[in-house]
Amino acid sequence: MHDDPIAEALREHVVERGDSFGMLVLRIYPSTLRPVVARLKDEFGFDLFLDVTAIDYPARAPRFDVVYHLLSPRLKRRVRLKLAIGEPDPVVQSLTSLYGAARYMERETHEMYGIRFDGNDDLRPILLYEGFVGHPLRKDYPMEREQPIVPYRDQSGRSTEGT
Amino acid sequence: MDVEYGPPVRSPLQETADPDHVVVNIGPSHPATHGTVQIIAEIDGESVKRADIHCGYLHRGFEKEAEHHTYHNVIPYTDRLNYCSALNNNFAYAEAVEQLLGVELTPRCIWLRTLLSEYNRIADHVTCVAASVMELGAMTAFLYMMTVRDYIYEHLNHLTGARLTYSYVRIGGLARDLPDGWLERLEEVLQFTERYLERIHGLLDRNRIFVDRMRNVGKMSTAHALNWGYTGPMLRSTGLAMDIRKDNPYLAYGELDFDVPVGINGDNYDRYYVRMCEIDESIAMVRQCVRKLPGGPVSIEDPRVMLPKKELVYNQIESLIHHFKLVIDGIQVPAGEIYVAHESPNGELGFYLISDGGGRPYKLHVRAPSFVHVGGLHTLIEGGQLADIVPTFGSINMIGGECDR
Amino acid sequence: MVGMEYVTTRKDELVGWVRKFSLFPYPFVTACCGMEFMSVSSTLYDTDRFGAALPRFTPRQSDLLMVVGTISHKQAQVVRKVYEQMCEPKWVMAFGACATSGGFYRNYAVLQGVDKVIPVDIYVPGCPPRPEMVIDAIVKLQDRIATDRHPILPFEHTPPPAP
Repeated sequence: MHDDPIAEALREHVVERGDSFGMLVLRIYPSTLRPVVARLKDEFGFDLFLDVTAIDYPARAPRFDVVYHLLSPRLKRRVRLKLAIGEPDPVVQSLTSLYGAARYMERETHEMYGIRFDGNDDLRPILLYEGFVGHPLRKDYPMEREQPIVPYRDQSGRSTEGT
Repeated sequence: MDVEYGPPVRSPLQETADPDHVVVNIGPSHPATHGTVQIIAEIDGESVKRADIHCGYLHRGFEKEAEHHTYHNVIPYTDRLNYCSALNNNFAYAEAVEQLLGVELTPRCIWLRTLLSEYNRIADHVTCVAASVMELGAMTAFLYMMTVRDYIYEHLNHLTGARLTYSYVRIGGLARDLPDGWLERLEEVLQFTERYLERIHGLLDRNRIFVDRMRNVGKMSTAHALNWGYTGPMLRSTGLAMDIRKDNPYLAYGELDFDVPVGINGDNYDRYYVRMCEIDESIAMVRQCVRKLPGGPVSIEDPRVMLPKKELVYNQIESLIHHFKLVIDGIQVPAGEIYVAHESPNGELGFYLISDGGGRPYKLHVRAPSFVHVGGLHTLIEGGQLADIVPTFGSINMIGGECDR
Repeated sequence: MVGMEYVTTRKDELVGWVRKFSLFPYPFVTACCGMEFMSVSSTLYDTDRFGAALPRFTPRQSDLLMVVGTISHKQAQVVRKVYEQMCEPKWVMAFGACATSGGFYRNYAVLQGVDKVIPVDIYVPGCPPRPEMVIDAIVKLQDRIATDRHPILPFEHTPPPAP
């Protein structure tokens, strides 16, 4: 673990490094996201962008942890990057210029958590719909709050002839 | 009564650059888009200039539900992600929880999970090929494969109690052991599958119409595929032999002898053929698992995760309390986080699980291969013909439950 | 006029018999129940025996709307629009637990039963329902169609109910 070449190469950007069941976990400074990922892609062959998501810690000062997973087909290993950003207006650099796969996943993280991705010009809702107020995966959004688009019909138990 | 509803998500294709272009809406209720994807295409005659894909019509709030349920209660939700191969999702999720708990599975459980993963992979690939060729008009091939798939479903029904969404896994093992006669019937089902697959090969492989519609359509290179996040048969059809079962073996794959089929061109025909070859490989793997299946218990005896036996629950107060705590509070998983990736029939299925030490996940994120593949679909469609959207979409094997979660 | 009731009753029996054995389903397939729909339409459990095999993927030409699978709020307006585009007589089958009542999804995204936006004639429980249950539902619906009134003659037309 101590002689991990990736962790050594990125030492100056790393706040904290760890190991999660065999996977290297690096907590980096939010402003260095794009250079770190570009370096991982060019030098170590992390060509496959697996995943971006966020974790909501409402009791913590920087509220969100944005988590990236990358895969290198050459080295056959995965790496996890974490960075902490807080409210108000959580903004992260977008990786769409490096990976096409980041587009949809950043859209999903944006609508679920409210994190803006600077550089991704298409942050329309993808799993939800326009007009949906709030960010459902935040801990303070109640699970059962529905926001229907179509008004409900009268279900007073009449026969179903007509509407 | 007829109220006009606006589109749920606006599209950038409202105005076309060229006045001769027409914007066409395909879906979301369309047989070829498997009912849940909307493709808005700007076409010039028959060729597609730009495409905008809208998914999310089947978003069912899996991650939010997982945060409010115990670890066992999440298992039926994982079934319904990639519902064509529900056992693969079950096993990937269970492995994430088991690694966080630090429990070791019994050998019989490991081999049975491997066997069932491959068995479900056969069912998923059969469904994908059947649906995509039906959309091209090959009804006979579709009906043959539905028969094969129905026999697999009935067989798994004998084992798990359900035809489609099994919920067969338990944290630390499986729900129950194999019933008598199951392995003999398994061999019959595999032979039946092989016979029918021969017929499918005969109907489709060198069929002039099929080849004309699928060859050089939806073509992509390996670099393009990696850039857009493709994994699984989509990536292997471009020529790169990347398979988690070989690269980072899990369950019993390290001890199985199998090949990873790769394609040449990365077009629809290669994806079809890679899937058919993978079915053959899976059948061989299932047979190897049957030969190597060890005896012994199928679930571990750890009291932290396993419910006590029913006779004890009804007779001893300690077992009753134990049962109560496990069901109501859930398994207490130590705090930590883990990302487990399995090779599902669609590609890399990843479960990112964060536990805060309680009985419910703090966060459970699914890295769904279908979602990522749909993200890159517009690059495969643009520049092609309108009629090529259907086979290309079918070859992606977009499963709505997994794409929208 | 004496005897007219006899004529209309016999006419209703004949029209009911014709309509029940020539159902054209519109399979509004979204989720896992779609797999069971494919199975029930195929050779082992055949709906063609009951006349209900040929799907018409356009609402203008179909008379049985089978809502197969979970309906989210985003999809609800699509269901409503498809239902409104169908011509009378039309019937709706809520196929599966999710279409009947939302299933075990009780959250911000899922419509708790498609009967909140369109009237449903027959509910098929199950997650997913076995193909035999679907065939049972079709047969029960056919029994209802057979014994229903079919006002097709000019003097039987009643004005449609107010919206």
